[in-house]
Amino acid sequence: MMSAAEKLLNIEESVLEKTPTGITGLDEITDGGLPKGRPSLICGSAGSGKTMFAMKFLAHGAEIGEPGIYVSFEETPEELIKNFASLDLDLKTLEEQKKLGFEYIYIERSEIEETGEYDLEGLFIRLAYAVNQIGAKRIVLDTIEALFSGLPNEATIRAELRRLFKWTKDQGLTAIITGERGEKTLTRYGLEEYVADCVILLDNQVINKIATRNLRIIKYRGSAHGTNEYPFLMDESGITILPITSVGLDHSASGDHVPTGIERLDAMLDGKGYYNGSSILVTGAAGTGKSSIAAKFTDVTCKTGGKCLYFAFEESPKQIIRNMKSINIDLGQWADKGLLKFHATRPTLYGLEIHLVTMYKMINEFEPDVVIFDPISNLITVGSPDEVKSMLTRLIDFLKSREITALSTSLSVIGQIDTDVGISSLMDTWVDLKAVECNGERNRTIDIIKSRGMEHSNQLREFQLSNDGIKIVDVYLGPAGMLTGSARVSQIAMEKAQKLIREHEIEQKQREIERKREQMEAQIAEITSQFEVEEEELERTLNQEKLKEEAIKANRMEMSRVREADGKKGDQNE
Amino acid sequence: MNDNSNLDEETEECPEFWELRLYVAGQTPKSIEAFANLKKIAETHLEGQYHIEVIDLMENPELAKGDQILALPTLVRKLPEPIKKIIGTLANEEKVLVGLDVRPSC
Repeated sequence: MMSAAEKLLNIEESVLEKTPTGITGLDEITDGGLPKGRPSLICGSAGSGKTMFAMKFLAHGAEIGEPGIYVSFEETPEELIKNFASLDLDLKTLEEQKKLGFEYIYIERSEIEETGEYDLEGLFIRLAYAVNQIGAKRIVLDTIEALFSGLPNEATIRAELRRLFKWTKDQGLTAIITGERGEKTLTRYGLEEYVADCVILLDNQVINKIATRNLRIIKYRGSAHGTNEYPFLMDESGITILPITSVGLDHSASGDHVPTGIERLDAMLDGKGYYNGSSILVTGAAGTGKSSIAAKFTDVTCKTGGKCLYFAFEESPKQIIRNMKSINIDLGQWADKGLLKFHATRPTLYGLEIHLVTMYKMINEFEPDVVIFDPISNLITVGSPDEVKSMLTRLIDFLKSREITALSTSLSVIGQIDTDVGISSLMDTWVDLKAVECNGERNRTIDIIKSRGMEHSNQLREFQLSNDGIKIVDVYLGPAGMLTGSARVSQIAMEKAQKLIREHEIEQKQREIERKREQMEAQIAEITSQFEVEEEELERTLNQEKLKEEAIKANRMEMSRVREADGKKGDQNE
Repeated sequence: MNDNSNLDEETEECPEFWELRLYVAGQTPKSIEAFANLKKIAETHLEGQYHIEVIDLMENPELAKGDQILALPTLVRKLPEPIKKIIGTLANEEKVLVGLDVRPSC
């Protein structure tokens, strides 16, 4: 048996059913949309986007089989259809397909005389009729406050409003009620007191002459919701809300690599290139070739069939394409093929938040593999360092959650390594370009300050830009220090000369050895011949001695024979 | 009256016919009261010059849109033009006459 409390809990759960609005971002913030079968209040000052919100809500309903009625108190259906036609919403067709209905309610106080009691049953009848005509599940009342200015008896209106919201609930209609922002209250006529379930405030702030639209959920009964101010963007394709305030650090990490487009740079990065889905920062002073590295990365991405979104904050797309041609990178072809998309704006055009929303929206639409920000440092001019960092953190988190590789260039002041509002700590790979000035010329060097999770080179290389493209060459490292450019060339030439001289010396020495060897051999020959001469002489002497000995011996025998004439024969054998 | 030099107000002819439409929603006390009041006023001031049509929006809800009806009961003066509207039970005769623009001179 279910206890009473459990039953209550179950009811509570069924109450939390939600209706998706189809507005990018809003469904994420509200964890599913607006409360189903209940009225929600959207309030905001004039031009804050209430009507657009409401219309998007209905258009999405029409798409997913939930027809809706737009009850307008201000604009005629014809005006609405015309207004939204320029915003990519074909309301006319939706109306013809009976997915959308209009109910235009016109009240002109001057035309109305009042005497005696009345109620607003006529309004109810009209709404019920319109709802039944198309089987509506959604309804928008924009803006019901017109009743207050149109009808004299406020007490009646208030009583009837209460009945109206009850009626929409009874009908199971998910309703949006719009309200003009009041001076002290959320709405001018205190509509919020009737709509207790969900209240959303739209706001248009102007800071430093730059307007930023914000959305805040003031109340959402029985549901978790984000409480922050979320920036949003209204443009020709509707409304985009940036749902991220800060994404967690739970994004996956890819082990795949993407080539940088520059062979030697790949080699410097563990031989493989950047990590897929990582964030790369390229810093350098003016003219060190940051954009060229970005362009090369763009080029190689598109070459392998990837899509690239290029946010340019300094140059126009045409200018970038032209300039990159000068180093033999043809970006125009990729733009033509639709693999590369440029989005060029001046940073000062919008507030930071709107930049962020724009990027979010474009990334969602284009689904790129690689995103380039050139240069990200220009955004710093728009806000305070804190704001910029907050924005970039959110942006990078967002990109990482999508496994999009992001390359940002950043202008750094010469001699100052970390000018980048601390964003370098957010980056996975940091490539630094420097200009080295000596002997009346300026040369570029490239090195990798960090690259998380790979064995990257710690060596400085010289970075050359020419008509043939980008080339990275070894710098000269020797006792004289690091040399680049013509100094390197002259040093190498000098070394070549020295080497020649050394080779000469070696040859000479070798010849000397040869000569000495010959000398020595000659000497040996002389000694040998001397020895032979001496040997001959000695042998001759020796022979003479032998002969003498024999002669002596013969003499002695002769003598003994003479002395012992009768002697024994035995001695003769001697 | 045929003199052209006369003022506009005086040249304006009194309407010959009054077409009145009363919108109600069912036989509610308010509807009944409004109709009774209207009948009385019309009989008193527009005798033989009027026609009253009662429209029950419970039966014909689609008709509410045409005359932009919100409040009930609503009396609409269809003729003479321009269209005028009076909402409520028509309890105050004077106000109804002002609303219908019925002048005592007629």
